[in-house]
Amino acid sequence: MSESPAPGQTAHEPTAHEPTAHERDARGERIAGSAFLVSLVSGVALLVLYILGGQTQLEGVLLTLCLGGIGVGIIVWAQELLPRGEDVEERHPLASPVDPVGVPRPLVIEAREGSDEPVHETTIERQAREQEELTASTHLITRRVALIRLLVAAFGGLAAAIAVPLFSLGPLPGRSLFVTSWRPGLRLVDEHGKPVNANDLPVGSITTVFPEGVSEIADAQAVLIHVESGLLRLTGQAAEWAPGDFVCYSKVCTHAGCPVGLYNDRLHELVCPCHQSAFDVLDGAKRVAGPAVRPLPQLPIRLQPDGTFVAISDFPEPIGPSFWNLDIGPVS
Amino acid sequence: MSRQRPADRAAARTSDTALVDARPPRPLEPTTPVRRPDHPDRTELDRLVDWFDARTGMLQYSRTILSKVFPDHWTFLLGEVALFSFIILVATGTFLTFFYVPDSRPVTYTGPYGPLDGAQVSAAYDSVLKISLLTRAGLLFRQIHHWAALLFLGSISVHLARVFFTGAFRKPRDINWLIGSGLLLFALAEGITGYSLPDDLLSGTGLRIMYSAALSIPFVGPWVASLIFSGEFPTVEFISRLFVIHVMLLPGLLIGGIGAHVGLVFLQKHTQYKLGRRREDNVVGLPFWPGQVFRSTGLFFLVAATITLIGGLIQINPVWLYGPFLPYAASTPAQPDWYVGWLEGLLRLAPSFEPVIAGIRIPAPFVPGVVVPGALVTGLVLWPFIERRITGDDREHNLLDWPWDTPMRTATGAAAISLFVVVTLAGANDVIGIFLDMPIETLTGVLRVLVVAVPVVAWLLTYRLASHRRDRGAPSGGRPRGIRLRRTASGGFEEVEGA
Repeated sequence: MSESPAPGQTAHEPTAHEPTAHERDARGERIAGSAFLVSLVSGVALLVLYILGGQTQLEGVLLTLCLGGIGVGIIVWAQELLPRGEDVEERHPLASPVDPVGVPRPLVIEAREGSDEPVHETTIERQAREQEELTASTHLITRRVALIRLLVAAFGGLAAAIAVPLFSLGPLPGRSLFVTSWRPGLRLVDEHGKPVNANDLPVGSITTVFPEGVSEIADAQAVLIHVESGLLRLTGQAAEWAPGDFVCYSKVCTHAGCPVGLYNDRLHELVCPCHQSAFDVLDGAKRVAGPAVRPLPQLPIRLQPDGTFVAISDFPEPIGPSFWNLDIGPVS
Repeated sequence: MSRQRPADRAAARTSDTALVDARPPRPLEPTTPVRRPDHPDRTELDRLVDWFDARTGMLQYSRTILSKVFPDHWTFLLGEVALFSFIILVATGTFLTFFYVPDSRPVTYTGPYGPLDGAQVSAAYDSVLKISLLTRAGLLFRQIHHWAALLFLGSISVHLARVFFTGAFRKPRDINWLIGSGLLLFALAEGITGYSLPDDLLSGTGLRIMYSAALSIPFVGPWVASLIFSGEFPTVEFISRLFVIHVMLLPGLLIGGIGAHVGLVFLQKHTQYKLGRRREDNVVGLPFWPGQVFRSTGLFFLVAATITLIGGLIQINPVWLYGPFLPYAASTPAQPDWYVGWLEGLLRLAPSFEPVIAGIRIPAPFVPGVVVPGALVTGLVLWPFIERRITGDDREHNLLDWPWDTPMRTATGAAAISLFVVVTLAGANDVIGIFLDMPIETLTGVLRVLVVAVPVVAWLLTYRLASHRRDRGAPSGGRPRGIRLRRTASGGFEEVEGA
């Protein structure tokens, strides 16, 4: 800014070495604003560096610039753009008065600087003056709209920088929601790791099964159900996957992920205890009641000559509760 | 004032800025029209302030606090640096807590650090290696946390020295000295528990020494040690116990203590140096808002930036190099963090002395590990009351002493610092011995002499210098300006003589 000083301002004639108040003001705003910009840029740069793989020393330098920019900007603001000069406040005795009404304590009143006249001021007047001063000094800050916008932007940079540690909290989901630990040829075992056998499972029985020798079982849990002969209404591949009237469905509810632990063997319905969704075992575990939408995915299984079962493959579709990219597939 | 043309507004701005620079006591706008809805200079933020005020009356209630005056001097920032280090410790510590596993059960290490591949390490140590070598930005935040801890203790110590040498602990602030000493001890405990958590060889050695010191407590030592460590060292339970102390118990005490400490500063109003218009019965300085708020916020970010730079560029506590804690191993040279060196030094300086009196054995670590630290800490905590006993001064003091005003106190402080330095050096006698190519026994002999001689010399020398300075007269701080008036009981005013 190169405006000429106001007409009234003649006490300090500007020289080459003594910038006018206005120039100093503009310079302060420029320095503080640039410092805030440095914060914004380095915060975003830190986020980019992190996504590219991260490097401890560079991370340190960028975070330093991000924090330091805000620090320098605010200090410059305080030193160059806020009113100078000191306030004087009285100290009052700390101890409670002995007599609640009491003898009036001597009140020492400071004379204003440059004057020998003491200041007489009632409490109401003092409060009004303080209020005035506070409003005025606050306005000295709020009127710097451009600088405040830059400060907000700098905090945006800091927010980006703070996102860096947050991203370390967990891996990208990748394909994890689309696969379970079932693999072709894995035997179906019970919770003790013992292979289940068709000869031990009477009609109407239900058994929770897991892939043999796998420790991550939460998403692989399934129920193996033996239904009365000829009742299953499965067609195509689904029918081939249900050998000898045995059918196997994911045990994870497609509504909110609870284990579908209840079986009504008269209605042939699996019922989820959490929100009472019911699935028709005879008809591909399609939802018949409750808030669930998708059927429980069917696990393709084969009955071995010795009566044990093996998986033909993983579930043909994602198990458990829905998410936005379920039909699109893995994004990252 | 109604609508102005833009040119008028520019002129108003300029003259307003000129007023700011001319430095009258209150160089602000003449009246309060800024809050009037039709004021042309009102900004979005003014409207936001009004919106909030209309619903809370915040301006009215916070006025007293916001216009409170705080004396401004760079030495008053030391305590703020300590506070800001603590905030950084809480922030980075929270991050580390998400990854750290407080469990000393053994696991097999299978990470990127080759030399430890296949080694049996504790789950705690394994998780610290994961934070350092596998978690992105993990090493940065671990190193910032450790450096911030060193700065936390450092700034507390320098702040303590400032309060001591200026007599800021005198009535009515002796109560805040007690809270502050408590904070120092909690911070010390935070440091020790913190660097023990990685369960590396070095920190395990430190815990073993603390266990031995606890054993030396008269008569009940074995029971106390067993209660602290959940049995005979090393125990499986101790790491998880240490973790709860480090992340819950001590931070809770620190937050409560810091609240009381800072609250008392607000309540009692800050001390000030004997300069200019400053007197016992006034406070001269910047208003809390906006002056102090801006400066302190700026300082916070600068402290954070500085620690981040150090933490990003300078390696600290590379626990993968130290290896996991093994009960049958110890490393050399073994040095603790700087604030623990004095405790280690006392143990190294003490002579081989373990008397058996009437069948009762006094363990060697008892005097250097329990009695002497206990006496030093007690002396520190009770100093305001010791000094009052010596000087008989029970008056309130709001003006600070210069160090040369009170040679006795200043000499005592100098002696204490010199003692701390010598004892800390003794804690590194193995490293110094190698550096000077001197047998450790000789070096320890020399240090034993120094540990007595240096504080005595420091006391005498400081006393002498301070007395000399005091007798030459105080530095010219300028005569107080203005006159003092006292309101009499009848309501009139009289001038106070000799102000």
